[in-house]
Amino acid sequence: MAETALTNTIEPPARPGGWRGIAADWSSDQRAFKNVSWGKAMMWIFLLSDTFIFSCFLLSYMTARMSTTVPWPNPSEVFALTIGDKRIPLILIAIMTFILISSSGTMAMAVNFGYRRDRVKTAALMLATAAFGATFVGMQAFEWTKLILEGVRPWGNPWGAAQFGASFFMITGFHGTHVTIGVIFLIAIARKVLRGDFDVERRGFFTSRKGHYEIVEITGLYWHFVDLVWVFIFALFYLW
Amino acid sequence: MTNVAVHLEAQQHSLQAHVHDALASGTVHTTGQQHPIKLYLVVWGWLFVLSTCSYLVDYFGLHGHLRWSLILLFMVLKAGLIVAVFMHMAWERLALAYAILLPPVLVLVFVAIMMFESDYTHLLRVIFFAPAT
Repeated sequence: MAETALTNTIEPPARPGGWRGIAADWSSDQRAFKNVSWGKAMMWIFLLSDTFIFSCFLLSYMTARMSTTVPWPNPSEVFALTIGDKRIPLILIAIMTFILISSSGTMAMAVNFGYRRDRVKTAALMLATAAFGATFVGMQAFEWTKLILEGVRPWGNPWGAAQFGASFFMITGFHGTHVTIGVIFLIAIARKVLRGDFDVERRGFFTSRKGHYEIVEITGLYWHFVDLVWVFIFALFYLW
Repeated sequence: MTNVAVHLEAQQHSLQAHVHDALASGTVHTTGQQHPIKLYLVVWGWLFVLSTCSYLVDYFGLHGHLRWSLILLFMVLKAGLIVAVFMHMAWERLALAYAILLPPVLVLVFVAIMMFESDYTHLLRVIFFAPAT
């Protein structure tokens, strides 16, 4: 009896699109985000809150830079590297940008192979993404070392406005932390993929919930967000 | 009479629990995001091109409004491609897209407020703390 009732009720009703769809979804019972799992919705909401954190950092940087009467150090020269005999402006940051974009590409493909249940390719692409991320963090450590040796401190630097150091360390430091956490996250999930946890729906050691390949997409959301933040930092801090 | 009511209620509960389980375990959402690999490669290529363009803005040392507008243009295009294709926002329902994408736009109000504020601070610093020449 209960079974017949179930088959009658579970048929998915056609959902309207556009503004009518927004109104229907938000005024509906139980869930506003239809055909999105709770895990994905929560990752999006977390990323939204993280957006506000980085917005505040970039805003405080803007405020510091606009309100100082001392000239701002020229990032094009500060981050230049001498390769051979040529002094190339901002080259290290450009390479870091390309590395992070490449990692986003491999991550997007990992999500794709994950939904095709291709265990080995998914794990390989995720580990490639993690390797790109680790390279990025390594280059950032090199950049920090270089700047600290040149005398940049959160309270001053040899070239101009004292707030430059504080803004730089705060923004890139927080972003680098995000990349590092992402690398750890990627390696942990890649290990589970490779072990076949999501094929046998093995329960997680912490949550005791069945694992699904969707976690690859959720990891991907976090990773693409890290890349997204770098797009803004690159444009507003390094290029401006 | 009461017996029937209790029985019905129990049935309803088990039904709800079943539907809830189905939703939670993701059986309702089995398709996932499936798009051709080629799409990702094309977007990847575009991100490289746009990044190169924004680097060239600095390399050729463009200045003033041209520099700023180009930087912002490439930034918005890159961000849009990443969110829409890599993060699959283009294929999500509008209820989610608007819930996530609209709030960050409101940050622009904050930006405007802080621009007024820092202009004011700058003015005060020029008036009262300018180095005596």
